[in-house]
Formats: sequence, structure tokens, C-alpha cells
Amino acid sequence: MHSFGYRANALLTFAITILALMCAMASLSDNLNSPSPSAHVQVLNVNWFQKQPNGNDEVSMTMNISADLQSLFTWNTKQVFVFLAAEYETPKNSLNQISLWDGIIPSKEHAKFWIHTSNKYRFIDQGRNLRGKEFNLTMHWHVMPKTGKMFADKIVMPGYRLPEEYR
Amino acid sequence: MDWQGQKLAEQLMQILLLAFAVVAFITGYFTASFQLMILTYFGGVILTTLVTVPNWPFYNRHPLKWLDSSEVEKHPKPQPSANSTSKKKPVKK
Repeated sequence: MHSFGYRANALLTFAITILALMCAMASLSDNLNSPSPSAHVQVLNVNWFQKQPNGNDEVSMTMNISADLQSLFTWNTKQVFVFLAAEYETPKNSLNQISLWDGIIPSKEHAKFWIHTSNKYRFIDQGRNLRGKEFNLTMHWHVMPKTGKMFADKIVMPGYRLPEEYR
Repeated sequence: MDWQGQKLAEQLMQILLLAFAVVAFITGYFTASFQLMILTYFGGVILTTLVTVPNWPFYNRHPLKWLDSSEVEKHPKPQPSANSTSKKKPVKK
């Protein structure tokens, strides 16, 4: 520690090492949070339900999506990425998951929301299996931290059904 | 900076940085503000830099006692003898 540069270097290295430890502790503190989110989706209307020229089914629908994800936010949360996926089974695939809508929630104040929207992304099947199909709407979210581990979870909402015939 | 001063500077640096880290983490956690934690810690780092890096006078309270120049002349440097310079021990690898 005999010169200015030597001491400055030692101090800076130690300071940054401690900063890394503080960030690790901040990430660990996220495990103390026990969230209690809720979500509800109401399918208002199936706008159209067609068979595409290449043979795949496509459906467009309008939904009311409401959720309260405020309990997911901690002091170490940067944003929450949320998306709504339709999940169903076909003879060809045991699980199909199609993202219909997504959004980014930047802060706790925006985490309790209600939106009225048609599906942001196209609901297209691999085949012609959608007539009369029962499907779940699952809301997935990823809690993105400022530092450290990202947590992902979901709520499954079963009981939705597509029309029997094309329209 | 003398030897005691260097030891003091190193100890002060470590203790101050750790103390500011603890204070910053607690402040940030209980105000739920990550930014406050970072700002508090960064302020602490700057303060620690100002205390430990420059060569303050209180780091020089045990100065080294250098030999007086008049003593050097009384004790001349020993001359190497002719025998000792011709012997060279081989380096063992």
C-alpha cells in the first residue's frame, strides 16, 4: 500500500467485489417474497374461424384479459413479462402452446390491469384440429430482476372451447 | 506513508467499505429502493477513497528513522575480495 495507485487499485477491486456480493444478496432476498397473483380471461367473441389455403385452421377472437400481478414485484424487480398462451392437445402433438398476447409491465402500479383486445398473435393450428376443441388459457409470467435470478410461473385457466363449425 | 500508516490505511479501507455495504443494503432493502442502495454505497466508496488513498499526515506518525548521512562515511561499504567474485555456484534446476 505504498503508493497512491496501489491503494486506489486495492480499494476499487475490493469495492467492486463487495458490490457483487450485495447484488447476490439482493437476488437471494427475492426468495423471501411469496406472491399471490390472480388472473381471469373472458372470451367475448370468436371473430372468425377459417381453414387456410395451406390446410391449417386459424381462429381470431376478442378477449377481456384481467390480472393482478402486483404481489410479484419486489425491490429487485425491473419488469414483468407476461403472456397468454392457448394450450390444447391434438392427435399429432400432445401439447400445443400458442402465444396469443404478451405485454411488459414496467412497475407495480401497472401490474393490476384489465384490457380488451383481440389476439395479438395469430392462433394457427398445425392441421385442422380446432373445430370444437377444448383448450386452456394459461397466463405465464417472467419476473425479470434488476440483478440475479429470474422467476417464471403461470396460472392455468381451463374450460374454453372453440366453435364446432367454421365461420 | 510509513509502514504503520499503510497498515492503518488498508484496515480503514476494508472496514469502511464493508460498513458502507451493510448500511447501503439495509437502507435499500427497507426503503424497497435498489437505486438508493447503489447510491448510498457509491457515496461510501467515494468517502473511503478520500480517507484512505491520499497521503494524509496522520498516516505518517511513525516515520522511518533513516541513517544519518554522517554515519555512512564512518562505516564504509565492504569491498568484495578477489576470491569471492570468481566462485559462482551453479543454479540447480
